[in-house]
Amino acid sequence: MIRFKINGSAVEHDGDGDEPLLWVIRQRVGLKGTKYGCGAGLCGACTVHVDGRAKRSCMLPVSQLDGRAVTTIEGLSANGDHPVQRAWLEIDVPQCGYCQAGQIMTAADLLERIPNPSDDDIDRLQTNICRCGTYWRIRKAIHRAADLIGQEDDR
Amino acid sequence: MTGPVISRREFLQASATAAGGLMIGFPLLDARANGATQLDFCIRIEPDDRIVIACPNPDMGQGVRTSLPMLVAEELEVDWDRVSVEQMPLAIKKNPDGDGYTWKHVPQGAGGSTSITGHWDRLRQTGAAARQMLIEAAAGSWNVAPESCVAGAGAVHHTESGRSVRYGQIAARAAKLSPPQDPVLKSREDYRIIGTPRRTIDAAEIVTGTAVYGIDAEIPGMAHAVIARCPWFDGKVVKVDERAARAVPGVIDIVRLDGPEPGQPYTILAAGVAVVADSTWAAIKGREALEIEWDKGPWQHETTATLEKQMRDALDGSGQIVRDDGDFPAAMGAAAMRHTARYHSPYLSHAPLEPGNCIAHVAGDRCRVIGPMQMPSGASRGINAALGIDRLNIEVEITRLGGGFGRRLTTDYAVEAALISKAAGRAIQLQWTREDDMQHDFFRPTGLHELSAGFDAGGNLIAWTHRLASASKYYRRPNLPETDYWKSELYADDFPAQLTPNLRLEYFSLKSGAPRGSWRAPAHTANAFAVQSFIDEIAHARGEDPLAFQLRLLGDSREIDYSNHGGPKWNPGRLAGVLNLAATKGNWGKPVGAGRGRGIAGHFTFGGYAAFVVEVEAVSTQDFSVTSIVGAIDCGLAVNPNHVIAQMEGGALDGLSTALRLAINVDGGRVAQGNFDSYRLARIGDTPRHMEMHIVDSPYPPCGVGEPPIPPLAPALTNALFAATGTRIRRLPILS
Ligand code: FES
Ligand code: FES
Repeated sequence: MIRFKINGSAVEHDGDGDEPLLWVIRQRVGLKGTKYGCGAGLCGACTVHVDGRAKRSCMLPVSQLDGRAVTTIEGLSANGDHPVQRAWLEIDVPQCGYCQAGQIMTAADLLERIPNPSDDDIDRLQTNICRCGTYWRIRKAIHRAADLIGQEDDR
Repeated sequence: MTGPVISRREFLQASATAAGGLMIGFPLLDARANGATQLDFCIRIEPDDRIVIACPNPDMGQGVRTSLPMLVAEELEVDWDRVSVEQMPLAIKKNPDGDGYTWKHVPQGAGGSTSITGHWDRLRQTGAAARQMLIEAAAGSWNVAPESCVAGAGAVHHTESGRSVRYGQIAARAAKLSPPQDPVLKSREDYRIIGTPRRTIDAAEIVTGTAVYGIDAEIPGMAHAVIARCPWFDGKVVKVDERAARAVPGVIDIVRLDGPEPGQPYTILAAGVAVVADSTWAAIKGREALEIEWDKGPWQHETTATLEKQMRDALDGSGQIVRDDGDFPAAMGAAAMRHTARYHSPYLSHAPLEPGNCIAHVAGDRCRVIGPMQMPSGASRGINAALGIDRLNIEVEITRLGGGFGRRLTTDYAVEAALISKAAGRAIQLQWTREDDMQHDFFRPTGLHELSAGFDAGGNLIAWTHRLASASKYYRRPNLPETDYWKSELYADDFPAQLTPNLRLEYFSLKSGAPRGSWRAPAHTANAFAVQSFIDEIAHARGEDPLAFQLRLLGDSREIDYSNHGGPKWNPGRLAGVLNLAATKGNWGKPVGAGRGRGIAGHFTFGGYAAFVVEVEAVSTQDFSVTSIVGAIDCGLAVNPNHVIAQMEGGALDGLSTALRLAINVDGGRVAQGNFDSYRLARIGDTPRHMEMHIVDSPYPPCGVGEPPIPPLAPALTNALFAATGTRIRRLPILS
């Protein structure tokens, strides 16, 4: 039995330990915000936080999750108002939107690590694929989110 | 499917909502309503002032769930903040006069940039009719003349007496009226919603992970399926050993699928073996355990190299002349200066980020499918063809689409899902993996283009030819002779036709086993690359500025015939307009600095005009970065300028991504690529540090913007690389 937490709630998994966390989240826990895009760690659509760090959940066998804490897009903020989400709305980033949960989870971790990222930092760390090409707005929104976080910290 | 056939009687109707509000829409009488008349809603106004507007078309990122309801809301006179949107399921009906089916209300596909043009009148009329009814109801309750009342911000006002009533309060009374059949539309100067930038209406759901895509849909009791499809084009299943797969925990059933016969129209794409399980993961594990012996089919010796040799050999001979203006051979013979070049474009995969998927539940003579589809009517047609279920008994529900790019115009995955559901006797959700998607696509055709131009002694372009060897996407169509295959690959009226006196188009129809289909802006992508590169090339050869040369060819604003999609007319002056705007904003003609270069290109695509100036900093054509993209678009009235800009940005980056690294190769009769490690889409690091997009303030009616931004990007980029390095790129992708 593998025991871990998703968005603060206890999860137990006694099925196939090889099953990727992605499919466990989507089909056993029923949280559908985390997306499948490639199943090979290449696109980032499946990005979640594991113990606070961004991870591509299609590459994590659930057996490695024992005792750990997972946050999905649904758990990133209580009211959908994490600064990254607010910036994404303000800049109106999404087109089809399919990659955006993964982009947001990646950006939230990036900003934890580098509160004021340069464009080069973003190029290096925000490597998720957006097939619709919303990169121009993603870059703007990350800078905007950095500002929003800065303003919160000043308060 | 033909266009809407609407009689007056069938136009708008009204009824009350369950909660006692007003519903206005199109009358619906079909099996789903069990013979009772009910409305397929278009607008619902509830007593609590909630305004729900239906979106008839699929949204794959082009923003129609925002822009189409904007058309309704404008005429309805409501605050946009109060509007929510629901997706309208597919609605078709039997053709009143004869065979086949037609749209019950409005066309419901997403392809060819037609959503806005197709619905421009109809949806505004619907909103206007509802507004007039609400006014009439309010006036009636006050015993005043409707003409003395006005609507605004979701309420009716009687100016004289200062009385007001919210739409929600008067909706029930309005529901008893019959809708005006000729509602008066607002004039453009009075718009408060159309033409103003609006954000994606369901952005809040998207950023919180609650928007429902096909992959997220569920129906009670559904199982999950994946398919092992034959990797070889037109191959077959010889033998299957299912034992190990059946032993995988969670596996429920194994289903054989016969593919289409070679050369026959596609219903599904390939022969295969489906595994049905209690989860997608179990189905994938079950698929891994299948032992399948494949017949590698008739194309097993095809490779990208054999295809390219076919193309070169073809161009060395003579082909089918499909347009022949003036006397091309004589003009070319007499030319004082001639120039010829060949350009190559590869097969491309659509690769929408959400791989194919579909829920199907076949029960007796009925079927329900739910999935991400650009062409829900195609799903209905395909399921009817494959399973024999009456189309009126097939319910098709459209989710949000995780991208489309033309892949979901073909609904093979919905037919597969229905076949599996029927065989397994239960509801299933079919999931394609990324590898399935990349190996089994309807690829953008690869082609070799040869262009030649001849100039007279005065520097006038007097002769032009475009010769194209490709395997057309118009193959395997019922009743289409091969002599028509060119029509999907060369658009006979494209620039510079009619602007050059002696012009010849020649097509060479080749064979390939790779399935082909429509990829965002179909043939415009490859043709604009060839034509706009060649324009740059011949301008340089003549020592003339490429922009000045092209403007000279285009001439003044005037409408000329355009028989292809996006016609019936096009205006060279509007193309000149976007080239000029992009040039001005993109510093065309200003010094650019050593190791740098600028390129320009423009194109007319499906009613819209777009142009880019691209700037690069280059050591070589294999070592460079794109520093700036400046674009301009003339799409007529920009319904939602925010999303027009978004489509320009995204289209530019899709064009960039494709030009840089994307190609599908054929090896041994199958696709060589399998995932994003071998089909390397652009990432944020490829995005220039400077981008700006401009919209022409245009008096024309609106057109779609999903496709026009794509075609001019690649040639603007390769022209920039030439300017920076002196090396001409004649083969895509640029990076090897
Ligand atoms: S689905 Fe996990 S990285 Fe693509
Ligand atoms: S918004 Fe469509 S993939 Fe990113």
